Amino acid sequence: MYVSSPPEPVGLANRMTARAALATELSGGASRIRALRSDGPLVLRPSHPKGAEPLTHRRPDVARVSLAAGTAGPLGGDDYALSIHVGGGSTLVLQEVSAMLVLPGATGGRSRTAVDIRVESGATFVWWPEPIIAAHRCDHEHDIRIEIAPDARMILREEAILGRHGEMPGDFASRLRITRGGLPLYDQRLRFGPGAEGADGPAILGDAGAVGSVIVVDPVWVDDAPPALPFHRDAARTPLAGPAVAIAAIAADSLALRRLLSRGVQDLGAPWAA
Amino acid sequence: MARAAGGSAALLLLADGRLPAGGYAHSGGLEPAVTAGRITDMAGVERFLIGRAETAGLTAAAFAAAACSRAARDDLSDLSGLEAELDARIPSPELRTVSRNLGRQLRRAMAGIHPHPHYATLGAAPHQPIVMGVAAAVLGLGPRDAALAILHETNSGAAAAAAKVLRVDPFEVHAILARMADRLDRLAGEAAAAAAGPACDLPAPASPLADIAAEHHRRTHVRLFAS
Repeated sequence: MYVSSPPEPVGLANRMTARAALATELSGGASRIRALRSDGPLVLRPSHPKGAEPLTHRRPDVARVSLAAGTAGPLGGDDYALSIHVGGGSTLVLQEVSAMLVLPGATGGRSRTAVDIRVESGATFVWWPEPIIAAHRCDHEHDIRIEIAPDARMILREEAILGRHGEMPGDFASRLRITRGGLPLYDQRLRFGPGAEGADGPAILGDAGAVGSVIVVDPVWVDDAPPALPFHRDAARTPLAGPAVAIAAIAADSLALRRLLSRGVQDLGAPWAA
Repeated sequence: MARAAGGSAALLLLADGRLPAGGYAHSGGLEPAVTAGRITDMAGVERFLIGRAETAGLTAAAFAAAACSRAARDDLSDLSGLEAELDARIPSPELRTVSRNLGRQLRRAMAGIHPHPHYATLGAAPHQPIVMGVAAAVLGLGPRDAALAILHETNSGAAAAAAKVLRVDPFEVHAILARMADRLDRLAGEAAAAAAGPACDLPAPASPLADIAAEHHRRTHVRLFAS
C-alpha cells in the first residue's frame, strides 16, 4: 500500500523546537554583542544591570544580555538549545528575567534544554540566572556544557526548586560539565523526582525543597584556590581539582537557598562578592 | 590472565571486607550523615545506602569497569585521563583524598597479594575505583565484576558502620543488604555498559549532601570513622 503522507507521530504536533545563539567580542576596549539570535520561546535582549552582580557590578564596559521566556515552558516534548560564545577578552553577563517553570506536556514526553558555551582566551563569563522550578509530573533534562580557556574567568549559579509551593516535583535531571583547556574540571548530573531513587534520602538531598550551586573559575587560583569551608549545616564551599571552587547548598525553599549561595559568594571576597 | 573456570572465587576475594585494604576505617559517609542528624533509624540507613549506591556507587563502579577493560587490554595509557574525569565528578576535596588514600592502600595490598607490573604504573595515589578495576583485570575478572566488587565492598562497608554508630539489629542491617542485591546487580550492569563508551560520558551523578557532610566530618573532633 502506498502512503502519500505518513501520519505525524502522536505528540510531535505540539512540540516546540528552539535554537538561539549569543556571541560577544572585544571591540575598542569594550565588550559588545556580536550576534544575538532569539528563537521562539528563547528571547535574548540587551539589558541593563538587574541588581547586584558578582565581578562586574556597575561596570559599563561589559555586554549584558537577558534571557526571557517567550512562552510557558519548556513543556514535555519541547527541545530548546542555546549556544553562547564569549569571544576572546570580552565580558558577558547573562541574566534572566524570571524563574523558569518546567511543566509536563499535554501529550507527555521529555523536555530538553541544551546550553553549549565557549569562553575564549582572556574572556569573562558571568551567568546569573533565576531558578528552574520542576513542576509536578514534569520530565526534564537540562544539559549544560562549558569549555573555558585556561586564562578565562567565570562565575555561574544554578538553582533548582523541587516543585511549586506544596507540590511534589516531577522528574528532573541537570548535567553541568565544565572542561578547561579541554580537560575535565567539573561534571555533575543532579537528579530528583519520582524516578530518582534515593534522591530524597540523606545521601543526596534529604527533604530539601531547593538545591543549588555556584561555580567559580579563576586562573589566579592555579596554586592557591580558596580552601574548603563548610559554612552552614547545609552548605559548603569546596575547591575543585583545578583553579575553581564549587559552592553547594540545599535549603527548604528558594529564598533560603539564595541566602546560602549569596553568603558563599560573599565569603570569596573581592572581586567576586556582589 | 586466563582462568580455568568462572572466576567467582577471585571476585569474592576482591569484594571481601576482610581484604586488608583499609576499608574498615571508613563509613562511606554514613557516620557524617548520622552526626548531622539526617539518619536516626534503620529506614534512614536504607534510604542513605540506596542514594549512595545510585550516586557515588555508580560512579565508582563505572570507573572501576573502565579501568578494568583498559587493564585487560594492557592499555594503561589513558588512566591519567580517567583519574581527571573522576576528580571532576567529586567536588569535595575531602572525598577525593579519601578515594586516593583507599586507592593507595588497595594497591599496596593487591601488589603484595598478587603482584603484577600494572600496579607500578598507577602513580603515587591512584583513585580507589581505578585500582579496583586494575586488580580485577589482573585476577582475570571482567568490567562487570570490577563494578560489582566495588559496589559490594563500599555498600557492605557502610552498612557495617551503621552497627557502630547507631543502635541497630545486625539482622536488620543484612536484610537491607539482601534487599539491595538486585540493585547492585543492575548498577554493575549500567556501569559496565557505560565503561564501553568514552570516559567523558561515564556517569556523573551528584550527591550534594554527601559532599557537604564530608567537609563537616573532616572538622569533627569526635568520630569513629575517617569518612
